[in-house]
This record gives sequence, C-alpha cells and structure tokens, in this order.
Amino acid sequence: MEHKRLTLFAGHYGSGKTNIAVNYALALAKEGKKVCIADLDIVNPYFRTKDSAAILEQAGVELISPQFANTNVDLPALPAEAYKLVTDHKTYAIMDIGGDDRGAYALGRYVPAILEENNYRMVFVANCYRPLTRTPEESVEVMAEIEAACGLKFTDIINNSNLGSETTPETVMASIEYIKKLSQITGLPVFATTAEAAVAEKLPQEIAPVLPMQLQEKYFDLPTQKPGNRPLWG
Amino acid sequence: MAERVLMKGNEAIAEAAIRAGCRHYFGYPITPQTEIAAYMAKKMPKIGGVFLQAESEIASINMVYGAAATGTRVMTSSSSPGISLKAEGLSYIAGSDVPALVVNVQRGGPGLGGIQPSQSDYFQATKGGGHGDYRMIVLAPASVQEMASLTIKGFNLADKYLMTAMILADGTIGQMMEPISFEDAEIETYEKPWALTGTEGKRKHNIVNSLYLKPDELEKKNFERYERYKIVEENEPMWEEYMMEDAEICVVAFGIASRVAKNAIVAARAEGIKVGLIRPITLWPFPVKPLKAAADKVKSFISVELNMGQMIEDVRLATECKRPVTLCNRAGGMIPSPEQVLDSIRKAQKGE
Repeated sequence: MEHKRLTLFAGHYGSGKTNIAVNYALALAKEGKKVCIADLDIVNPYFRTKDSAAILEQAGVELISPQFANTNVDLPALPAEAYKLVTDHKTYAIMDIGGDDRGAYALGRYVPAILEENNYRMVFVANCYRPLTRTPEESVEVMAEIEAACGLKFTDIINNSNLGSETTPETVMASIEYIKKLSQITGLPVFATTAEAAVAEKLPQEIAPVLPMQLQEKYFDLPTQKPGNRPLWG
Repeated sequence: MAERVLMKGNEAIAEAAIRAGCRHYFGYPITPQTEIAAYMAKKMPKIGGVFLQAESEIASINMVYGAAATGTRVMTSSSSPGISLKAEGLSYIAGSDVPALVVNVQRGGPGLGGIQPSQSDYFQATKGGGHGDYRMIVLAPASVQEMASLTIKGFNLADKYLMTAMILADGTIGQMMEPISFEDAEIETYEKPWALTGTEGKRKHNIVNSLYLKPDELEKKNFERYERYKIVEENEPMWEEYMMEDAEICVVAFGIASRVAKNAIVAARAEGIKVGLIRPITLWPFPVKPLKAAADKVKSFISVELNMGQMIEDVRLATECKRPVTLCNRAGGMIPSPEQVLDSIRKAQKGE
C-alpha cells in the first residue's frame, strides 16, 4: 500500500471515519513513520477520536483534537495547532473529517495548502449497510455534497461496509458489488477494504488490500456482543 | 433473514416513525437528538411528508397539537431543556385527548446542563412535566432495535388510548450504532371519528379543546380520562427479566443503565452471587407486578440510574417497601461503570 503524506477520511455520518482514521494511523506508526492524527469533527459530540487517546499515545501517534471534545461545550471550534497538518511536510498526517457536508465545511480553510503541496489522498468512507447510502447512487450524492462543501475532490474509496458486531466475512463480501459499482461510476480506485481483525483474517486474498481494525470496546456493549462473551473489563 | 441495516439510535426513531405512517414532523434542533430532525429533513420531502423546523420548541409542540387534532400521525423530538419548553403543549394535548409521539433523548440537567447522556427526566416524563392531572405512556428503549420498535409501538398505543406516547431515551442510545431490521413492525390503524377532517356539510362538526367553562364538566372529563389510564395500567406494562429465576438480589434499571447492569450481573454470577435484573420497558405504566412478585423472593433491590434517584421511588412503591432498595447512580452526564454496579451488588450480597 503506497501512502501519501496526508490522508483525509470523509463520508456520511456514522460511516466509520473515526475508527478507520485511528486504525490507519496505528498502521502507519507500526511501519515506523512519524504520524499525527487530527479530529476535525465539528458535528458529532459523542464517540470521537479522543476516545482512543491512550492507544494512540502508546503507539507514539500525536493526537490533535478540539479543545472542547468530550465536554459539555458544544462549540464547533478547531484548534490552531491543526494547521501544522498541512504545513509540516515531514510528518504523515491523518484528518478525520466530520459527517456529511456540514462537517466538511471545516476542511475548507486547509484546502489551498493541501492543493499546493499536492501529496494527499482524499478517501470516501463507504458503508452500504447505512440506511441513507443503501445504493451507490446515494453515496455519489453524499460525495458531491462533501466536495462542494470543502472544495476538495475525492481521490479514493475505502470500503467500510459492516453491520457492527454482527459483521461476518459474508457481510463484507456481499458489499463488493456495491463498491465496484461506486468505483465505476466515480472512476475512483478502491484504496482498501476494512474489517474488524477477526473478520479480516477470514477474507479471501482477491479483495486485498484489507485494513484490519481494532474496534474500541464500549461500556454499553451487551455480554453477547463481546468477543468470547467475556465481561467488558475482563 | 430480515434485511439488516446499521443505524444510529436517533436515525432508527426517524425511520421507524416514517414506516409507522408518520408524515408530519415539527421540531427544533438540540444536541444529542439532532439526527432525528436531520433524517426527517432529508426523507420527508421525498415521500410527500412535512418536515418543519419551527422557530421554537413551543411553536413545534403546538404544531404537533394542531396536526394531532386532524387524526394524522405526528411527532416531535427534543432533548431535556427542549422538553421543558414543550411542557405546556404536552398538557394541552393531554387535556384534548389527541394522540401524539414525543421523543426525549435526555442530556444532563437541570437548567441548560450539558450534552452528555442522562436519565434525569424520569420524574418529568412519568409524573407530569406539564400542569394538571394527566399521564403519558413512557417507553424506555435499551437498544437501537428498540428505538425503532418502541417508536412504532408508541404510535399504536397513542392512537389506541388517545394519549401522548413518549420515547424516553438518552444521548448514548441516540448516538450509538447497532444493526437492526424493521421487518417485524406491526402497524395498527384505528378509526378516528373525533378528528377534525372537514364535515363536508355531512355531519356535526367535531371540537378538539382543553378548555371547560363548567367545573363539573371538567371534573367528569378528568374522571373519564383516568378510567382510560386504568386500562392502560392493566394492559400495557412491558418489562424484561434477566437471570431472575434463582436471583437473591434484583437490580432494576432501564435504558442504557440496564446494559451496564447486565455486564455487572454476568461478572457477579461468575463470583457466585445470585443476582438478576428487571428492566422496565414502560416507565408509565410502571411494571408493578413483576417487582411485587420479586419482593417475595429476593432479599434486596438495587436501582441503577443516571440521576440522583428517581425511579427508586417507584421501585419502593411497587414493592411496598418489603425489602431494602439501594441506589447505584451517576449524574450530570456521567454513566455508572460495570465495576461500580458490581460493587453495589457485592455490598447487597453482604447485606450492606
């Protein structure tokens, strides 16, 4: 997998941008690269990149997130230090863009610098099991809205089709046709297919590259939703 | 197998409402329920429905009142401070005996409070909120699937009993994502001879109103209404029992708190403690029967809540104070951890 200096993940809200951004950052760090990840989500007040702060720190990944993330301040403000993502050309940078076109407005201010450096990948996160993007055409609609909002064109698609804890290799395989069609309509390559690590192991070679993901366990996961049905903190 | 989709709790409410035949949504945005409005804004124009962002919560609840008077399925949604603003309209809707669905995705309070999850509007939802003698059917989902199925159930119950049905969720269930399906949705339809649909000169006109000029007439209306509420209390309580067969300690929790409690119960069982859960699904009518029955079997109850102890009063009433009831809680947008609940269970086991 060839990496660009800057990778941006955008898409419909709930498509899985944050999980992918965190896992991609960890994968780059594992290759020994200096990595910085920024949470530019000005829309979603819950379940953010900052929730993974400990695991990112452990892997030596720098995290930039809005000052008020995970607090009661529902303020769409971006930290000034986020600007170094586009000015520091020596660090691999990953941007987690907020949901839909509303979230993508925040990206606009960085676009002139991104275009000037021209070493980026703008990735559309697709999940065919999300109700408002059930057809490739609906995904194309969302892509156009995001591009219009931020002024940057998508260069790649990542297939994050999943059904949460119910995801099986079949769930992923059933999405391949959708993604091929989306790739065909837009003319964009499929950058990777994602799956939770245990599911990723069972995927056939032909759909490579696969980005295996570690998903965060949550305090409200039911006993039946946990790997091996073990208690959350066990 | 039914078609599965991955949804946020808030989206599931909106999609379920549309499938239940709701074509009128009036609201005003507030975190953490805004996805409901966003989903409606996107979908309603495509299916010939109405999405209207009113100038305020007060305006939106009165639009709901007006639409409900025509017998159409109508809803609004908000979060805690917004529901307080809607309280006057909720009382008028109750006083006029028209059906409506209202969603409260709770956040921390009182006052402007915060945007993190909470269950501190339990009193407001189950004991009143607005003025006057009235009840609302209060449904407490504990999963994204239930956000959908209880929304459909809520529309059915509202039409059946001419009441407001409230979905009392919290920020976490509103925001979290789970796979669900809609296939099992049963849509009930009811005749609405009282609705304001235009007489076409063929019948006497209907009146929808909550003002009574004579106190004896108003009293009669109140008594009639409470006869209807009695039927709801008799027929509609819903609850889930989890590992209660041999339980010596009974945890009572609804919504997101019940999920944390289940994890704690699994851990406590591994330590040999016989503990189970009764999860109220309807908060009004409160599931009195299973709690009263449990009081004859268990040695104590633990009420797990995201507030300063509100449902605990109903647990004590339902069990007629036969057994001690302790509180395990967090407030202000914080959630009890499984460890905290486990600790409460250990203490109850020791009789503390």
